Amino acid sequence: MLGVLDNNNLNGGQKLAVKYFSVAVILFVAQILFGLIAGMQFIMPDLFFNVLDFNVTRMVHINAMVVWLLMGFMGSIYWLLEDEAGVETVGLKLGNLAFWLLTSAVTVVVLVYLFIQVGPGDDFTRWFVNEGREYIEAPRWADIGIVVCMLIFFYNAAATFMKGRWSGISGVLILDLVALAGIYLAGMFYTTNISVDQFWWWWVIHLWVEATWEVLVGCIMAWGLIKLLGARRQIVTTWLYIEVALMFGSGILGLGHHYFWIGTPEYWLSIGGFFSALEPVPLVAMVVHSVYDSGAHKFKAANHPAMAWLIAHTFGNFFGAGVWGFMHTLPQINLYTHGTQWTASHGHLAFFGAYATIVIAVFYIAVQQWRGGVWMSGGLAGNGWKWKWALGLLNGGVLGMTMALLIAGYEQSFIERAIEGSTWQGYFVAQVHPWFIQGMNWRMVFGVVTAMGIVLLVWDLLTIGKGENRAKQEV
Amino acid sequence: MTSKWWANENFWRKSAVWVTASMTLVLILLTFDTIPKISVGSERVPAYSVINQRIDYVFNKERNFQVPVIGQAQPLFGNTLNEEEAEALVTWGKKITQGRNCMNCHTLLGNGAYYAPDLTKAWLDPAWGDSSTRESMMVNFLMDPVSNYMNDSGRKMPNMNISEQEAQAIIAFLKWMSSIDTNGFPYNFKPIDQEG
Repeated sequence: MLGVLDNNNLNGGQKLAVKYFSVAVILFVAQILFGLIAGMQFIMPDLFFNVLDFNVTRMVHINAMVVWLLMGFMGSIYWLLEDEAGVETVGLKLGNLAFWLLTSAVTVVVLVYLFIQVGPGDDFTRWFVNEGREYIEAPRWADIGIVVCMLIFFYNAAATFMKGRWSGISGVLILDLVALAGIYLAGMFYTTNISVDQFWWWWVIHLWVEATWEVLVGCIMAWGLIKLLGARRQIVTTWLYIEVALMFGSGILGLGHHYFWIGTPEYWLSIGGFFSALEPVPLVAMVVHSVYDSGAHKFKAANHPAMAWLIAHTFGNFFGAGVWGFMHTLPQINLYTHGTQWTASHGHLAFFGAYATIVIAVFYIAVQQWRGGVWMSGGLAGNGWKWKWALGLLNGGVLGMTMALLIAGYEQSFIERAIEGSTWQGYFVAQVHPWFIQGMNWRMVFGVVTAMGIVLLVWDLLTIGKGENRAKQEV
Repeated sequence: MTSKWWANENFWRKSAVWVTASMTLVLILLTFDTIPKISVGSERVPAYSVINQRIDYVFNKERNFQVPVIGQAQPLFGNTLNEEEAEALVTWGKKITQGRNCMNCHTLLGNGAYYAPDLTKAWLDPAWGDSSTRESMMVNFLMDPVSNYMNDSGRKMPNMNISEQEAQAIIAFLKWMSSIDTNGFPYNFKPIDQEG
């Protein structure tokens, strides 16, 4: 029946996908909650002092983000799998098991982060409490669990395409998943040599977010444009190949922009600077691609909120990852900006713009189908105010935080780095400067705006299409 | 199928494969070149026993930025360690910094969080007075940062229950890290007076 949430409206892969999406939304809320606390700790340093210190709140903030995006991606792949392959998901029971494994592992890791927090400098701590390496803090047992779950996920996807039909999108997707899973292994060892440690650590971080994740969302985008606009498969596939060529052509050696200051040889200054400066090119291509396709189809889309979030994704990706990344990627400027709020500014806009947006788009595609393929184009109940306000508040909130952090980052680069020479005293001279404090205050204001956006988004996802009796617009 | 190469699906599929494969290959080759250059005991990343010596951060005219310079004997806490002992101490120190999650407030080599100062050259920081007061000030700070904090931002490092031995290991790790050639990062750094 139209307008009612019913699992019978979903195929096997989609039933699993909505489980992933549900956990992803919970972690998204947790990310913002802990972001609010961490942001507040810049303004009120005594907040939760000795109870939930900044290193804990910030760790939960960024880890919740990595995991909810990863779960959002996995859900998105399960969502499109049967549709794209033309057969039922292979090994779905195992896939369900992996979901519960991953969800329980994440729950245990978060509880340990919150209640154990830290441990002595021994192997037990790294295996069972906290690895202490930014973004991949998860203890080693959880790393192994994640790898097992990823292998099952990969098996589900690859075996289903092998049994059914291959397409350009699925071909790129599967090769990308091989790289994505393989790269994670580069972060799973201990070395005392911090230069070698960070060398491989960046393989995981950079080659995920600036290469394989970008290609993965390129696949979701290509599929999304076919579904939402009825774009021709041949056109989007050709675009996807162009994007892969440009993305990997710039992003793989763009890794070098993390090898300026960690002890690695000087030739990385040229290689990293040059290739990372090219990284925005594929992102421009994506903007052209999506906006052109939308225009060519006169914005007649099967799902307006999802389409709006896809457009937000292309612009967010271009500005957040492309422009904000380019601004500080050349070594001549990075010497002063590296390790300042400038990076935080880029991080907020890039992760949100490139990744959160497109996963939210798939959330909307999912609820539409879950309610029986209801109408989600123009003329929604209340003129669709909830999704429009959620879109505006989330994008406005993140953009506001980005600008506030950028100003703080400028100030740090000039005062702490260029003038004061990066000593501890120089650091604190910059931290108490009015421009920095104003930046932190405004970041908090826009953090609250973002939080209002997520409340509205969750409310909308739970209610949109409820009681709707029109079927979705055909494209 | 269109006849124009730039709109041809097949052309772009092949390009994607070739570009990805060749870039991956270049990265692998560069990795083989880089790893020996950043191995412990190389020119850029000194052996752990460097903690037995004085480390300076001096402007190099040729390279036009500051580089670490390893000088005369200056044993850490008065103990000259052999290579294995030095490695064991620095290893313990690094493991403590990971176990205490230092990187989610501080940056190391500029990477981490931005709530507390960068630790790349913490050993050389003028906040520790001069070379006669440095070691004891660092130990006292690490063991009780709440009563020894030294800034007016209101931000304090929480007490991480660091023992004296653990503090010494952390300092050994920091001293060794300060000897890594980081291509002039942090720039314009004003090191501690080591003549005093």
